Amino acid sequence: MHADIPIIDTGAWAVASTVGMSLPDRGRMTLPLFLQHMANSLSLGSLYALIAIGYTMVYGILRLINFAHGDIFMIGAYLAFYGMTLISLPWWAALFLAIVLTGVFGVSLERAAYKPLRDSPRISIMISAIGASFLIENLAVLLFGGRPKGVNVPEILGKVIHLGSVSIVTVSLVIPVCTFLILGILLWIVNHTKTGMAMRAVSTDIDAARLMAVDVNRIVSFTFGIGSVLAAFGGIMWAFKYPQLNPLMGVMPGLKCFIAAVVGGIGSIPGAVLGGFLLGFIEIMTVALLPQLSGYRDAFAFVLLIVVLLVKPTGLLGKRQAEKV
Amino acid sequence: MKLKKNHLYSLIAIAAFAVFALVGELFFDAFTLRIFNNCAIYIVLALSLNLLNGFTGLFSLGHAGFMAVGAYVCALLTMPPELKEMNYFLVPIVPWLKNLTLPFVPALIVAGLVSAFVGFLIGAPALRLRDDYLAIATLGFAEIIRVLITNLQSITNGAQGLKGLPRYSTTWVVWICAGLTVLFMVMLMRSSYGRSMKAVRDDEIAAEAMGINVFKVKVTSFTVSSFFAGIGGALLGHMITTIDPKMFTFMLTFNILLIVVLGGVGSITGSVVAAIAVTVLMEVLRFLDEPMNLIFVKTGGLPGLRMVVFSAMLMIVVIFRQRGLMGNREFSWNMVSGLRNAFVRKGAGGQDRGHSGHGGRDGHDGQGDGKSEGGHRG
Repeated sequence: MHADIPIIDTGAWAVASTVGMSLPDRGRMTLPLFLQHMANSLSLGSLYALIAIGYTMVYGILRLINFAHGDIFMIGAYLAFYGMTLISLPWWAALFLAIVLTGVFGVSLERAAYKPLRDSPRISIMISAIGASFLIENLAVLLFGGRPKGVNVPEILGKVIHLGSVSIVTVSLVIPVCTFLILGILLWIVNHTKTGMAMRAVSTDIDAARLMAVDVNRIVSFTFGIGSVLAAFGGIMWAFKYPQLNPLMGVMPGLKCFIAAVVGGIGSIPGAVLGGFLLGFIEIMTVALLPQLSGYRDAFAFVLLIVVLLVKPTGLLGKRQAEKV
Repeated sequence: MKLKKNHLYSLIAIAAFAVFALVGELFFDAFTLRIFNNCAIYIVLALSLNLLNGFTGLFSLGHAGFMAVGAYVCALLTMPPELKEMNYFLVPIVPWLKNLTLPFVPALIVAGLVSAFVGFLIGAPALRLRDDYLAIATLGFAEIIRVLITNLQSITNGAQGLKGLPRYSTTWVVWICAGLTVLFMVMLMRSSYGRSMKAVRDDEIAAEAMGINVFKVKVTSFTVSSFFAGIGGALLGHMITTIDPKMFTFMLTFNILLIVVLGGVGSITGSVVAAIAVTVLMEVLRFLDEPMNLIFVKTGGLPGLRMVVFSAMLMIVVIFRQRGLMGNREFSWNMVSGLRNAFVRKGAGGQDRGHSGHGGRDGHDGQGDGKSEGGHRG
């Protein structure tokens, strides 16, 4: 099935090589080509954004880098895969089931690994998060096997559409649409519902929120639930876009999306989306324009991170927080 | 009088260990000897990470990067030109590096210094950040170092790595390095530098108010830590005799972090004990990956179970015993005699340490060696 996917959409690396091969004059950008790259960066950026939202929400509330977030993303993809293969559900049912289960998984992870440490020094929680991440990865190697697994992309999502001169796989079109939809719903929840108000209260001051009768544990669980659901959705879409699963597939996207969240301003949901798009755009465009740099692709995100941290540590849309003595 | 007695004990212990190492060198089989020597390397690495995480309170996740720098510098300096030519078959090595060879010990020191320099370059900007931001920035730098090594083919031979390094990391070399590192750390922690580091860890603002140049202390600690990470990386490279960029991923940092956390963040003794325990356990627990025949259950070999056990161990320690094996106590001979004749007092003291109070930390730290060395401190 995945042989059908045209090479143009298997990621920036392939894009770079096609650019390199088809254009004798490397780096020259024609309009259709530019649009093609834009479409690619849009869909990659949306995936990054989906995962980055989870990071930013958890960080906003608990001041915790959830290192295991990338692994939740991986779990989501695997659950959907097993839903489709082991119990041969239709893809949409597997997607739904995997998303729900991953949400539950995320909430239980928080209960088991982070809740006991909520009042400990931040370094302890972070070590716990790193430990949780490695535990999930190793468990995944044990349970799912270390060998990569190929995913059968559902036909509707695997089809290639031609929009003028731009050819694009349906899934790459679906991802940005869903991302914006989810962003809208999330912003509505955070800004216009009672739970959202409680979330904002907890993120401003957890103790004061507790005094105002906010059930902090429920809010934290809710946040983890949402974050994990989004990560699962992102993971499954990722698996449809790059149809291969392995237990460590979440590590790099996880790190990069954390960076996206920091770049956008950690704690801010629109910031995470902005950061995700920016990162996707930079990765694709740099490789497209300067194919000789494609080997350095994984480093771009980190360079971006360091530049942002040094120039504007609060990120693009972040609010400055006064340091409490 | 007591001081002399304790020194005598220490000398006896060191001599006994040297005899043990000598016997080991002669009678251990290659596998056991390898594990034995790995312990020493992990002691160096764990101490260098503990200097940052435990003693200065800087959470760095970039150790693998500095190790990579050390390992590559040392390997490139010690490899004879013919060996380099054999390794660089895809892209030839840059000419200035080709005929550059040094004996092992100077190369090791240069590796440490280069690594320290890189640490300084990275630390100077990154240490403006705090806590988790610092962690993620150092992680980023390590990742950048790794990507650079992968891509600078004419210098590092890229993803192929370097093979057939001379095996200079003998039992003596690694254990002397480990011993020197322990000695250095103990002396450092007793000096005013070490105390300013602990002060910065306990309360940055208070430390600054007491006239400590916080930034300078942090950069010093970061640089020194990178130095030892580089040495450790170089030793590791010359032990395995093959290095490639994939070796120096976050996984490696995680292993060292595991040792530091298990041993107790802020305890030299803890790091040493945990380095040995973890290295040995890593090998002993290999049976977990193999087919097992428990009385009722037969497993067909579960590759990966070992790592699951290790990750679970880290989680359990972090959640239930945050201070690790040693907390921030240190070993001393007084502790041994204290154990003998004051069981009750020790129990009370242990409880007290269980709480992660800020104020009392230094007192406990000094408790071990402080008593015997009180005269030196004045």
